[in-house]
Amino acid sequence: MNKLKQALENQKFVFTTEIYPPKGTDTTKFLRMAQIVKRSVTAVNVTDNQRALVKLSSIAGCLLLRKQGIEPVYQITTRDRNRIAIQSELMGAYALGIRNILAITGDHTLLGDCPEAKPVYDLDSVQLLYLISKLNSGFDINEHPLQGKTDFFYGAVVNPEASDLEPELIKFEKKIKCGAQFFQTQIIWDIDKFKKFMKYASKFNVKILAGIIIISSSKVINLMNKKVPGIKIPDSIIRRIEKSSDPVKEGVKIASEQIKELQGVCDGAHIITVGKEDLTPQVIEMSR
Amino acid sequence: MVITSQKKHEEILKYLSSSKKIFIVGCGACATVCKTGGEEEVWQMEEFLSKNNKEITGDVVIDEVCHLLLTRRAFREHKEEIEKADTVLVMACGTGIQAVVASTSKKVYPVLDTLFIGVTKHIYEFQEWCNTCGECLLSETNGICPIARCPKHMLNGPCGGVVDGKCEIDPELDCPWILIYKRNKESLKKIHLPRDNSKRARPGILSLRGVR
Repeated sequence: MNKLKQALENQKFVFTTEIYPPKGTDTTKFLRMAQIVKRSVTAVNVTDNQRALVKLSSIAGCLLLRKQGIEPVYQITTRDRNRIAIQSELMGAYALGIRNILAITGDHTLLGDCPEAKPVYDLDSVQLLYLISKLNSGFDINEHPLQGKTDFFYGAVVNPEASDLEPELIKFEKKIKCGAQFFQTQIIWDIDKFKKFMKYASKFNVKILAGIIIISSSKVINLMNKKVPGIKIPDSIIRRIEKSSDPVKEGVKIASEQIKELQGVCDGAHIITVGKEDLTPQVIEMSR
Repeated sequence: MVITSQKKHEEILKYLSSSKKIFIVGCGACATVCKTGGEEEVWQMEEFLSKNNKEITGDVVIDEVCHLLLTRRAFREHKEEIEKADTVLVMACGTGIQAVVASTSKKVYPVLDTLFIGVTKHIYEFQEWCNTCGECLLSETNGICPIARCPKHMLNGPCGGVVDGKCEIDPELDCPWILIYKRNKESLKKIHLPRDNSKRARPGILSLRGVR
């Protein structure tokens, strides 16, 4: 059974979120955060060395979530593994009970905390989706038959607010052609723009979860604007957070307002918290 | 052209610490254009080493150090000066350095770091536009190479890090996929399957013997 797939097919509005594995082996906080979000969301993404920072592996994080009864979305990038390693890892993930994949290329090694590493990028995100479609049909990437195929529910990322939108949308369509079944978008700010995107995206048989960030401080704003490629938090939001006497409360309010506006527009929301997972249930509660 | 840059002088002195008598090889091709290993730079290096108590037994700027036949001939012509030296210092690319190693039994040390094959955008300004992948894709990408010019070698369009056509790792760098798109957006629509890296197995070997 795949809870995420079922929910996206049957429910009006589905919530996912993401949590970050620790740098190190102490998973106490990771599991605490997982417990906090457990009842509010359908599935939880586990990031794959996000921003090219060295972290506990995504596959181990997914397994830890499964042990807690939480359905994971295994994020896998092409930055650190060639196609042999990726296929091997995906077969392993499936055998361990992981069913959802988010396929991404991944932020460049030069932006992380181990810039000396050799970047791999044997595949890009579109090709990774193609590879997963092969495994799902019972073959490896070179058409060799598998002993037991995978049956992943797999998705990708799209940025409806990309500065170069048309190339982004052409790539979005390629991802769909390579089998992407759902999309979690980059952070959404401009709801009108997003509605336009949804009008276009509804032509395709894919589920779209809008990326919503909970901003809890100006520190988060700085981090996102400076360190995360392709992210730009608008000035109007920055002003609201900076002027507020309770930035956390304001951040929660902004996120829940956005989600309210998205109900009926897309298939759900993917909540990004930048380490403040404990705010997620509140945001979801307030948006109902 | 092979683009090179000079190593820091301290680093060179470090590995020359046990060398006393030095013969210097410069390159008349790429390293001359890069201003890293031509006549002038060889002369500057001699001056620098002399100041640091090294004896220069001689020098030669070979037309193309990477041409093993030319380098061996130059070494025969400069046999005496090279005999007197305990170390040969090479101001050429990595290929040139190894052509020197293949021409002498003396200790050989590099002066340059070899960076990439590049175009000269302006005088003394170079950019990597080809990374010798072994299977040219330019017919399908409007003549702009996403493999060499994208740090992630994206083959199916820009990554999520592109902002206003610029690269996530260097805002000075144009995203090749935006350039490709601007020339003809149809080129972006084709799905490029994973590349066949076996076509460019390294180290590369090519023999035209019997062909010519």
